[in-house]
Amino acid sequence: MDSPAALAAENTRLTAAIGQLKFRDPALARRLAETIGRVTAEIGRSPVSVMHVCGSHEQAIARFGLRATFPKDLNVIMGPGCPVCITDMPEVDEGVALARQGLVVASYGDMLKVPGTRRSLADAQAEGARVEVVYSAAQAVELARRLPREQVVFFATGFETTAVATAAVLIADPPENFSVLSAHKYIPPVMEIVAEMPETRVEGFLAAGHAATITGWGIFEGFVERHGIPVVVAGFEPLDILAGLARLVELVRDRTPRIVNMFPRCVTKRGNLRAQEQLWRVFRPLGGRWRGIAHVPNGNLRLREEWAHRDARRRFPIDLTLLWDEEPAALAQECICGDIMSGIASPSDCSLFGKECVPDTPVGACMVSSEGTCKIWHQYGGLPDLRGAL
Amino acid sequence: MCLGVPGRVISVREGFALVDFWGVSREVCLDIVDEPVAPGDYILNHVGFAIRRIPPEDIGETLALYETLLAESPNGDLMAADVRGEIAGTGDRDG
Repeated sequence: MDSPAALAAENTRLTAAIGQLKFRDPALARRLAETIGRVTAEIGRSPVSVMHVCGSHEQAIARFGLRATFPKDLNVIMGPGCPVCITDMPEVDEGVALARQGLVVASYGDMLKVPGTRRSLADAQAEGARVEVVYSAAQAVELARRLPREQVVFFATGFETTAVATAAVLIADPPENFSVLSAHKYIPPVMEIVAEMPETRVEGFLAAGHAATITGWGIFEGFVERHGIPVVVAGFEPLDILAGLARLVELVRDRTPRIVNMFPRCVTKRGNLRAQEQLWRVFRPLGGRWRGIAHVPNGNLRLREEWAHRDARRRFPIDLTLLWDEEPAALAQECICGDIMSGIASPSDCSLFGKECVPDTPVGACMVSSEGTCKIWHQYGGLPDLRGAL
Repeated sequence: MCLGVPGRVISVREGFALVDFWGVSREVCLDIVDEPVAPGDYILNHVGFAIRRIPPEDIGETLALYETLLAESPNGDLMAADVRGEIAGTGDRDG
């Protein structure tokens, strides 16, 4: 990278990439991309790996082709930022079992195709079980009101941003026949796990703007102190992401682990206290497995004791033995979703990607959700081919 | 999905706001948002709940991404589809 010829080539590459990609402010995009390139070179190690933990960040990076502007020595990895993808098979199995036991199970649309050990919710639906797609927790409550003779279980997935909505509908006193099967996950604890994975060697985190809207950026202070890894909170506009990455590589270069909020138009230090109060009134963090990753201490959000009368796990017997007596699907054993979500592998490293595993017939959870790395790469391509522009 | 969608408040009634999202109006719950919300304000909606009142000076910057996505995305574009799903409240997206 240091020779004049290499610098000129890099310059040509960047000019082509910025010209091809549509930015609101191409001059600013170019300055930011140049900063990222220069600072990454100054770090002098290869690769420099940074991680974001948000499906919407990966969508924006892929959709706007931002990887074409990154220097080759910078590895921007998507971590466990897809709530559907990290919902563990036994959690899906619980939803499937309840549906097969004759209860009405309501869930967000993307959950239906997520594979359980043997069946997905869509499979259970095809076999006659009652599975309903809802857009919000409030719609699941409406469903319970419309079906007073049925038991309606809201299979609640998503990170803290979405868990707040589940908490709010419980606090608003839903009808007696409404319960929650919580598979909600809490992001900060999994960052601790991934930061310690020796294979990943993450040197900085890009934190998701809208989740931090709820929790506030102050929540990352302890993490930065414990791990000596910088965190930058970034928005979702292509320029927001480039600006966030530029600041992040500067913090890596300067060995100044701290938290920087690059998304002040949405995120404050304290976050939304009213939302936090409701979240923690209803949920408590509990350790549990995230699909393909690890046991994450405090990574699951479960209903508190006071909400036992709303907790599907405590209200109804859930019999999983029938599901677990059958062998899991053979192809699923080859799936490397876990390695992809830990940042150890890319979708293109998977033998199933784009062959046996495609959006219509997904093998792994990462191909199911619009926020899964595999589905995003399958639609947009991980690294856009700009050779024609050079 | 952690990408909320901004909209303009038309009216407010008993804990709910009627919100306009690029011509589509829907009710959004105000139980979570931590500031009073009035007609004319912009809020950030996530799965039917307002999670933030957007400060007036930040509205233009906030809308820019969505304007781009809605104006320039072909059918089937994942990110635009998620935004459209959130606007329509169809449930065709995840949590």
